[in-house]
Formats: sequence, structure tokens, C-alpha cells
Amino acid sequence: MSIKKDHDLGTPSVETDKTVSVEIDGRHIDVPQGVSVMRAAALAGTDIPKLCATDSLDAFGSCRLCLVEIDGRKGTPASCTTPVEAGMSIATQTPRLERIRRGVMELYISDHPLDCLTCATNGDCELQDRAGEVGLREVRYGYEGEGHLDAEKDISNPYFDFDPAKCIVCSRCVRACEEIQGTHALTIQARGFDSKVSAGMDEDFLSSECVSCGACVQACPTATLTEKTIVEHGQPNREVLTTCAYCGVGCSFKAELQGDDVVRMTPHKDGGANEGHSCVKGRFAWGYATHTDRIVSPMIREKTSDPWREVSWDEAIGYAAARFKAIQAEHGVGAIGGITSSRCTNEEVYVVQKMVRAAFKNNNVDTCARVCHSPTGYGLKNTFGTSAGTQDFKSVAKADVIIVVGANPTDAHPVFASRMKRRLREGAKLIVIDPRRIDLVRSPHIEAAYHLPLRPGTNVAVINAMAHVVITEGLCDEAFVAERCEDKSFKRWRDFISEDENSPEALEDVTGVSASDLRGAARLFANAGNGAIYYGLGVTEHSQGSSMVMGLANLAMATGNIGREGVGVNPLRGQNNVQGSCDMGSFPHEYPGYRHVSDPVARSAFEDHWKVSLDPEPGLRIPNMFAAALDGSFKGLYVQGEDIAQSDPNTKHVASALADMDCIIVQDLFLNETADFAHVFFPGTSFLEKDGTFTNAERRINRVRPVKPAMQGMDEWETTCRLARAMGYEMGYRNAAAIMDEIASLTPTFAGVSFDKLDSGVSIQWPCNDANPVGTPIMHADGFVRGKGQFMLTQYVPTDEKTNRRYPLILTTGRILSQYNVGAQTRRTKNSIWHGEDVLEIHPHDADIRGISEGDLVSLGSRIGATTIRAVLSDRMPQGVVYTTFHHPESGANVVTTELSDWATNCPEYKVTAVQVTLANMPSDWQMERENRQAVVEPAE
Amino acid sequence: MSKKSSIVCGVHPMSEITIYIPSDSAARSVGADDIADAIRTEAARRHASVRMLRTGSRGAYWLEPLIEVEIAGERVGYGPLGVDDVSDLFDSGFLTGGDHPKCLGPVADIPFLKNQTRVTFKRCGVIEPCNLTQYESTGGLAGLRKAAHMSPAEIVDAVTQSGLRGRGGAGFPTGIKWKTVLGADATQKYVCCNADEGDSGTYADRMIMESDPFLLIEGMIIAGMATGATQGFIYIRSEYPQAIATFNQAIAAMQAEGLLGEDICGSGRDFSLTVRRGAGSYICGEESAMLDSLEGKRGMVRAKPPIPALAGLFGKPTVVNNVLSLAAVPDILADGADAYQALGTGRSRGTQAFQLAGDIKQGGLVETAFGISLRDLIEDFGGGTRSGRPVRAVQVGGPLGAYIPASGLDVDMDYEALAASGAMLGHGGIVVFNDTVDMAAQAEFAMEFCAEESCGKCTPCRVGAVRGAETLTKIRGGENVEANLKLLDDLCEVMVDGSLCAMGGLTHMPVRSAIEHFPEDFGGMPGVAENAAKP
Repeated sequence: MSIKKDHDLGTPSVETDKTVSVEIDGRHIDVPQGVSVMRAAALAGTDIPKLCATDSLDAFGSCRLCLVEIDGRKGTPASCTTPVEAGMSIATQTPRLERIRRGVMELYISDHPLDCLTCATNGDCELQDRAGEVGLREVRYGYEGEGHLDAEKDISNPYFDFDPAKCIVCSRCVRACEEIQGTHALTIQARGFDSKVSAGMDEDFLSSECVSCGACVQACPTATLTEKTIVEHGQPNREVLTTCAYCGVGCSFKAELQGDDVVRMTPHKDGGANEGHSCVKGRFAWGYATHTDRIVSPMIREKTSDPWREVSWDEAIGYAAARFKAIQAEHGVGAIGGITSSRCTNEEVYVVQKMVRAAFKNNNVDTCARVCHSPTGYGLKNTFGTSAGTQDFKSVAKADVIIVVGANPTDAHPVFASRMKRRLREGAKLIVIDPRRIDLVRSPHIEAAYHLPLRPGTNVAVINAMAHVVITEGLCDEAFVAERCEDKSFKRWRDFISEDENSPEALEDVTGVSASDLRGAARLFANAGNGAIYYGLGVTEHSQGSSMVMGLANLAMATGNIGREGVGVNPLRGQNNVQGSCDMGSFPHEYPGYRHVSDPVARSAFEDHWKVSLDPEPGLRIPNMFAAALDGSFKGLYVQGEDIAQSDPNTKHVASALADMDCIIVQDLFLNETADFAHVFFPGTSFLEKDGTFTNAERRINRVRPVKPAMQGMDEWETTCRLARAMGYEMGYRNAAAIMDEIASLTPTFAGVSFDKLDSGVSIQWPCNDANPVGTPIMHADGFVRGKGQFMLTQYVPTDEKTNRRYPLILTTGRILSQYNVGAQTRRTKNSIWHGEDVLEIHPHDADIRGISEGDLVSLGSRIGATTIRAVLSDRMPQGVVYTTFHHPESGANVVTTELSDWATNCPEYKVTAVQVTLANMPSDWQMERENRQAVVEPAE
Repeated sequence: MSKKSSIVCGVHPMSEITIYIPSDSAARSVGADDIADAIRTEAARRHASVRMLRTGSRGAYWLEPLIEVEIAGERVGYGPLGVDDVSDLFDSGFLTGGDHPKCLGPVADIPFLKNQTRVTFKRCGVIEPCNLTQYESTGGLAGLRKAAHMSPAEIVDAVTQSGLRGRGGAGFPTGIKWKTVLGADATQKYVCCNADEGDSGTYADRMIMESDPFLLIEGMIIAGMATGATQGFIYIRSEYPQAIATFNQAIAAMQAEGLLGEDICGSGRDFSLTVRRGAGSYICGEESAMLDSLEGKRGMVRAKPPIPALAGLFGKPTVVNNVLSLAAVPDILADGADAYQALGTGRSRGTQAFQLAGDIKQGGLVETAFGISLRDLIEDFGGGTRSGRPVRAVQVGGPLGAYIPASGLDVDMDYEALAASGAMLGHGGIVVFNDTVDMAAQAEFAMEFCAEESCGKCTPCRVGAVRGAETLTKIRGGENVEANLKLLDDLCEVMVDGSLCAMGGLTHMPVRSAIEHFPEDFGGMPGVAENAAKP
């Protein structure tokens, strides 16, 4: 569709069901009580000229273009800051107003360059539009007076330019940074005519605290803040509504295009997840999609030591099928399997698991959620009855006390973090449970009421102690428990949790958290009107990950914080479609919709529809696949868009397992680490070429729409179908919509979902069925999915990974804002300017006693392996704990991590590895081996 | 307190003489401290028994440093004094009523003071500023003690009945403002006193804070009792270090006596008070910018609505009053609304503190009932110009007030009469200019002042003031005078109608009044500023 500008109503909506009647230029209209005169007029179809007002920001009243006359009132009030009152009679256009508006515009233009025709925002400039509307014909002040036309441009940011000569000091950028993003990086410096927008303390944008979310660029009504792509290419001429392919927030975007080329990604105002906001990744870091590293031709090779050979699709698919069939012939049908990708669409994932079950004839399908949120599935299913977060993101705006545990939303889920920070600025209280002092603990206008810096690995002890306080101090919501939860499980849990061994005092030495802080935090949460829990991989990636998820669910049930807005237990999902890939049956034991493969009813439904008999036995999980590969019984693997060789723990173990297989098929955009071990490479499609849906962390099913044809000439789901057919199973679809139709027909929670419905503008959060035709924003509102909530016993068991004299420190891993996961995408964008390499954060004291200074190369070694990395001294680390990220393959964070895993789901314990850190002067053995491996095998020309 | 702060010299305490020397910063700026030192030294040298008390100033600044000697229960004034006069004074036996050329006779009989109606300023220069005993013995705390046993609504009614209007310049009825705050439902309310006295030629707020701080504190407590506010802030400009120090001392004294804190005077109502130092910007005298500054933000004007009475400091209902409004309250409560209401004229009730400055012979503070003419203030109280040159223009109400020509001096000094003549009372500052003034330069100065002090939020003020000054430069240089005067007038309309606050909204007043009354000064027109640039 061509470019359609959103109708900007000038000021935000007001939540009310009352209306008042007003008269605008003689026309009567009923408008919500409390909206501004400006918004009322816009609703009535009259857009009052404005520059500083925009409906994503609170009214400010600075530009003075939007003045109106109101019967019975003195002067000319600003329509943006004047709320409507019943019976008000408003004139938006009078000779007096015309004079003032023209006079104000004359002042603006007296200090503005007259280069409209060569300006980057020519055609998309509110100042230009307003000047046209007010009929300014001359600037009588002349242009020789004091001005800002010589102000220097700041082009330091890799994605946008700041040209203060074009600034009208409307403060929209500053307010966007404060109100929308919540970073407070921008300010107006000086006063009066000297007022100017300044990043930080008069720094350039790049060196300031700016996080490049782009909200300021979007808010700017002139060319002052402009995307470099727009400066370079000009204005877009068409747009496609789609969904970001980065984290689990799932932001909606307008891809703005010139032909098939993206020139700008603008977050969509009506996007349920993001409501017009974005982060640096979604808005700016999409250049990887057309990066020259993209592989666009299928490739095969006999041995991994051979060079890659580009072949036709037919040859590649035939070759892959032949090798897989050969393996099955020799080693049995169970000797191959597949891994689905959480970055692919629901439709693409669905066909892969279908291929495994129907064409491979086994259940050896797993997904990367195994290594991130599998404990969420287990924990929430057992307690609440379904494997998903309970809330929509919007819900946080109603929370009074928020627990953030094992999550770092400002880095990993920035758009949701902005929502949360807005609520915290409004006065909600925050409890952070994390070994590190993450930004939320203390940042501009945000301060946690409690930061509980627990020892890594002691989550369950902390949550048990909090629950102990709730129960023993009589803070339990007994009415909720009596009505909504299983009595028997509650009583059993209550007796367990009340035991002295679960008291904060008893666990103080274990957790390292002071008993008084813990009691304070527990009381704060229990006494909250609305208490909400948000958590991340710091909860799940532990040997007791599932226990901790259940511990959180227990706490939420005991305090009555489930089933309405402002409460809930909310996993912050890592990847764009990790929720969806789980929903789509990417588990060896579950079909789409989380139904066990041994369930005859579910199985026969799939058998009937797929016209094939299905294995009732669960297949292999990813770690089992590796183990089976090493013992020779598992020989072939289809890996869809996941880099297990970089992202899974104990890299050396993974590498030897992969090396032991006979045929590995990798489907990806780039030759990743896993591709080093592959024999077939199917080029994949970027999100800009996909047609389908992603499901975000709030269960919202978002449409992903292609902005251009697949660069390698084939939809990914079609590749999968063709492989299945080549394996002997007939499978094919007209289009992606047909796949969703099949999903809907076989999955009760998706029964009401179709592309037609999604394309009609309905935003759906599953379950979506006859009972909830437009989806379910808040789950368990009238009762738990499983009927009554079940309290689960969560005995704290220390991890087997222990520190000792040889490995005295604990390594915990995570992410940073500018990079994403294994970095395959972000490392191929200008984001690397902020994070060019992974570093090891270490407390200054731990560094000092090891003779380590800032920037030194250090060896990070565990019982499993060692890697060499640069040290950064940081007092946000507690003593005894070090931290790194895994965005760059050469850093080898997972060479160090262990295979210890969650007792219930095998989710690896990434967050606790006993390590030693010593000064180093060369790369580790592993890094040198990797270097050699990659030097030998380059893709064929 | 009195024992502590008085200085006893000499060896004959029985024949001790009390000398009052002002400690007001204006008096100190012309040497009051030096005089005190010299008297102490001289008294010691002569073994004279002297008890020296440091009072505030009575506001007759043209007589400062003005010392007073208590003789037979009467205070006899000497001033203005230099250090060189001290020895002479002793020689002439001033401690016992000896005559001296600088002797002014009984202070109470000095016409400048005698002819005033001192209500709010009655203690200024009379008592030691932080002496609670003296404060109480001169009628202090009577209003508070009364208010403590009145309901909030009764207090509000009394203030409404008195006819008191905001003395900061806007003249909004204080009682109505309080009623709004009283009626607002909130867990926390505030009283904020605006003591960011920034108008050129004004000093009445400083006088109160340095000379009679308890009065203002009492007024703030009563405001709290009337509205349900339990926390007060006073925003004192940083250029008033002595006022800040004195005020903090006064707060400590009242806290020590339980007059600040919990259950004040048995009322069951609490009030605490904190001094906040201004951050050095004229715009912080605008109430909403002051609130921003109090909140720790840069002082930026807020759009209204919401009004501060409903959403003020930290978004809570807030009484924002000027120093003089709050200082008028204790007497209204003590003596009754009628007594206050009996003073004044029309809708301007009570007294007003006029502050004479500029080219004036007898500069100082004149508190008198509304309705006195500007001419009486300048000629009778002020004694005409100090230079002896004829008055050409008088700016009333601070740097954004209108210029009144010599022909307009008979205007009555009240809100309505001034408004009718195109002027405004503002904070009561009166600056006199003689016939050498170039009114076009004054108009340009007004725009420059606005440009300098604008917060920069709204366009008419931020850009308009700069363009206004530039246009006036052109006019003064004779460049397209007619077209530029038209442009200037258009700009004034944009600034009046378009500005967010009174800063940009009032800048037109000095500009347009100068053009209206002194067209000859603007750009090569006949009769241009005949006397301009003359010495």
C-alpha cells in the first residue's frame, strides 16, 4: 500500500467512559470527558495547526500555533492544554487566530533554513505543512538577525543525524526520550533563545546516554533528527505492515519502502505490543537482511572438509533426502531429527515439526526453547494449566508492585522496559532479584525499592523465603486461594513453605540476601494492590529452573495476583517467535497446542488430518540428540535457523556430536557456526521476505508480511515441504494462510485464527476460539486453564556446580541492548559500534587481586573449557560473580558453560558456571582451533 | 534570645543605653556593620555602657545607615551615618539625647514613616528579626493562635472577606485560591511561598524575610491550617543569602517553640517548613516555573490548566502565594477581616507596599492603603527626583510594567485604576526616570530583558523577544521606521495572545506604553528624545 500518514490527534486519549458535548466551529460533537480541545477538534474532523503536540506525548503547550477562542473565556487558550468542558463553544479559525498563527510561524521561519527543496524531509515535514496552512508569505524580520543556522550537525550516531539548524525547540524529542523511552538522555540546554536540544551533558549523540531507540527521530516534526537512510535515499513511496524479527516483544512496524528497498522502519502506533515504540534493533538494525554475507543459493558438500558447492534447489533437496533416507535405512527411522527455529514463522515451524513426525516418522523434534524457556512451559503448565505468560504487556500500566527476577528488560526487552519504566515513574514499586545491579535498580527517575543481589543458583531459596514470609506473616490472599486453587495442594505447600528451613533467616547464608530485605520485599509484594512478576532466563536457565517458575506461580497464587490486569506471571521471551515455536508443537513430547504425543485423541486427530500413523513415544530432546550422536545412534539433523554450535552449552561437546553425524542440513541466512559441520545448506528468508505469523511473549499472533520476494527464490516452508515430499511424504500448501488454516483446524487454542481475521486489523492473543473470538489478553480471569490452580512443592536443592579454590568465581551470562542472541543479525549491522566484542564484567576487587586491569585479555576457564576474552571492571557485579555475553562466536562463552541442566526439562544451567579468571596473552586453544577450521573451509565461488 | 543577641559593652550596666542598628542587607550594603563596629569600639574606648540590638530596616533606605537610640522610652534616629560620624556622635552626647546634625528626632515622627499605614511592615526595623519574645510582645502569633481554633473554612472565609489579593502581581483573590486548595481531595497538599523577588526596584519581600520572618512563617502556617497543607516550602532567590540565613534561623526558633511541627498551638494540625534556594532565574518567579524548580527540575513554565491549586507541587494541590500576601494574613486573622478590609479602595483592599527606586530623592518602602496617587508617592514620600531633573516617565510594576508619563502621575494606585490607564501594579515597584531617559532604548531593554530571562518554552517569548529587540534596534537606527513599528505592534499582539505565561505576555507593556507616550523617541520622528543622552 502507498504511504498513509497516521492521523495525529495531537494529544493522548483519556481512559473514560463518560462523554461531554461540545461545539466546535458550530458543529456539535460528543467527545470523551477530559480530552483536549485539540483532540476533540481532531475527532470532529478539524485538525488545529500544531507543532509541539503529538498524540504520543502529553500536551506541552509551547509552540502556540494551536490557539483557539472559547466563548466566555479570556484570551486565546492553547487547544492542546485546555481540556474540553461540557457545553464549551470553540472557534478554531478566526481572523485573530489567523494573525497569531501567522505571526508565530513568521518567528519560526525567521530562524529556519529555506532549503525545503533539498531538505531530507521535504514532503514529510510538519513545519513545512503548517507554514503552508497558516499562509505565511513573508518574513518581515529578515534573516540577518540572531539565529541558529550555523549550528553544527552531529552525525555521530550510525543511524540518524542531528541538525540543530533545523530545530524549532518544540521539545518533542526530549519528551519522547522521557515519556516514551524513559532514558532521559536528551535535554534542553540553556534557556530562552539559546535553548537547544542536547544529548547528555552537551555530548554528541553517540557518546551520550542515548540508546538509539529512535523515539526522538520519530517525534521530530522537522528535519532536525532524520534517519540516515532517508537523508541518503529520500522519502518512501509505499509501506507494508509487519512484525519485528528480534526479541519476544514482537513490535509491529511499518516497513517503509522505495520499491522493494526498505528506507525506514517505523513502529506502528496501533501495534498491540509496542504502540508506536521501538528499540535500536527493530527500528534501525535491519541491514543484515540484505547483507552481502547472505547465502542465496543452496549448497551441498560430501564432507565438512570439502568446499561448499552451489547447486539448484532440486539437487540440494534431492541430495539431502537421499542422505537422510540412507541414514534411516542403515540406523533406523529414529536416527534423524529436526530442530525448529524460534526466529521463523509459526507456519514455517509447523511444517518442520510436521515433516519430522510425518515424513521422518519419529518425534525427534525440539526447539531452542529447550535452552531458554522450557521450564516456563513445564512450570506454568503444572501450576496454571498452560505454557504461557498470563498478561498482555499493557497490563504493567496497572501494576503497583513489580518483581523483576532474572531479567534485564532495558537491554533484552527494551520496548517492554519502557512501558514498565513509565509505570515505575508513576509510582509503582520495584523489586529486582538479580546478582547484578542491572539498570533498573537505579536509573534516571527509577529506583528499586529492593534489590536482592542473590548468589547465582539460589533463586528457589529466595522465592521460597518470600513465600515463607507471606504465609507465616498472614499475608496470604486466603479468599483467592480458597476460591481459585486446589485446597489439598495449597495445604501441602503451606505446610512445606512454613517450615523454618524456608525462612529468610535460615536461608540468608545460602542466598546472600539479608533477611530483613527479603522480608521487606515479600511484605511489599504481598500488600500490593496489584503485584506483577516479570522474569527471564535468569529464572529458567538453572538446574532448578522449573522449580523456580513454579515458585513464582505459587507466590502469585498465594498473594492473589492472577487473573486480572496489573498482575500475573510473565516470562519475557527471548526470541521473536519462541512462544509460537513452542505453541506449534516443537517438542518431542507435544503436538501443536501442548498435547502429549501419547494422548490418543490428539494423536488420532493429527493422524486423520495428515493421513499417516504417528509414533506415540516422545522423541529426543536436543541434549539427547547430542548424546545419541556421540554414541552413534543419531546420525542426521535438520536445523532450521538456529546456531546450536554457538548458543548451546559446552561448545566442545556440541561440536563433537555434530562432527559425528552423517548429514546435517542447515537452513539459515548466513553460514553460521553450525554450518561448519553441515553437509547441506538451504538458504533461508529474512523477515522482510516471510509471509506468516510470529507469536510474541504476550501470546499475540502478529502478521509478518513480505515486503519483497524471497531472495533465494523459495519460501522456507516450501523448502521443508519439498524435502518432506522427497522423503516420501506428500505435503504441500497453496500459501502460508493455508498452513495457518490447518493449524487452526488441529489446535483448539488457535481455532479462531486465520490470516483473513488478522489482516482485517484484529490483534489476537491466543487462546482464540469460539469462546474468545478476538483472543484473550489476560489469562485465567475466570478460573485457571487447568481448573483450579495447583501449588507445587519447590524444595531448594543447590546446583552441583560448585565453586572451589580452583574455580572460585561464578560466571553468569546474558545479553546487552545493541546485540541480539548469537549476533547473526546484529553483528551484520552498525550496532556493532556499541558492542564490537563480548567482554567479561568483573568486580574491581576480584580483578585487583588477580592483577587484572581494565581492558586486559583474560582467560576465562571452567571445568569444561576455557576461552580468552577482554575484561571490563564493573562495580555492578557483586564480588565473586563475573558476567559475559555470547553475541560474538569467537568469544566462546559456551565453551565454558556446562551441561548441567534443569531437572525437569534439560534447560541448560547457563547462569551458573564455576570459573577462574587469569591474565592471558593469547587466544585459547578452542579459539585457535575455530580459527583454523574456518580458514580451511570457505564457501565455493 | 534577646540576651544572646544583644551586646553589652562597658562597665555600668545600670546606665546601659540601647542602640538599634539595622542588619538588613540594604543597610549593611551602605555600611551599617561598619557603624556598629565603630560604635562598639568607641563605646569601649569611652567606657560607655551600650546595649546594641540589630534590628531589620524600617525601609527608609534613603536614611540608611539609620541608627536609633532609645532615650526615655523613645527611639531617636540618626542618619544617614558614616563611620566618620561616630566619634562626633559620642562627642555630642547622642546617647543621652545630645544634638547632632544627623539627628532626625524621634523616628516615629519622620514624615516618610509617620505618614505610612504600617500593617504588614509594622515590626520591620523595630524588633530583632529572630526574637520570638519581641515578636509576640508586638502582637505576633495572635493570628495563628486564633486560626488554630478556627475551622479551615472559617479561616478561608476570613481571608476572603478581607479582600486580600495576590501581591505578587496578578492580584488574584487569595481567599478564593485557598478555597480551591481546601476543596481539593488529596493525601498531601503544600503551601509554597514565592520569594523569588526578581523585579527591578523591588525589595519588600526581602525586607519581610530579613526584618520580620516570623510574620511570614505565621502566615504560611495559617495557610496550611486553612487548606489542609502540612508541608510548606519557601523559594528564596539565591541573590538573598541573608534572607535565607535569617529565615532558617527563624524556622529553627519556631520549631524550638513547637510553633512548627506537630499539633501547632493545640490545633491538632501539623505544618513543617523548608527553605529552598532559588536557582538564579527570573522566570522562577513565575509560579509554575517556581514549582518545577522546587521539584528539582529546570524552571520551565507549565501550561495551565491544571492550576497549581489543584495540581501544583509534585502534582498535589498547592497554595502558591507571594511573600506579601502571606505576610498580610496574620493581621487579618488577629484584627479581623473587617479591619483589613476597611483600608483601601474599590476592589483593592488593605495596604500595598510601594517600593520607590530609580531617580528618587527619598527611596524606600512605603506601605499605605490602596488609592494613593502615584504623584503623592513620588512627590510627597519620595521628595521628587534625586537629580533634581523633571520626571519624564515612571515604570510601575517591575521590568514588564508600563511606563507612565509625567502627565499621568495622578493615577490612583490600585489594581483597577492602573489597569484602566494601561498599566499594572505588579509587585509594587516604582522606578522613576528623569528627562534624560531614551524611551526607545527602554523599550529595547524590555525586549532584551525578556530575551535574557525567557525560559525558552514558548515561541512568542523565545524567538519574539529577540526579534523584538532587533526590530527596536532598527527603529532606533531610523530603518523603515513605520514598517518596523507596525511589525513591532504585530509582534506585541502575538506575544500578548500567544505567550504561555506573563513573561512574554507582559513584555508589550513597557514597549507599547513607551511608544504610545513617547512617540518622539522612536526612530527619527520629529521631537526625538530632546534630552536623551544629556548628562
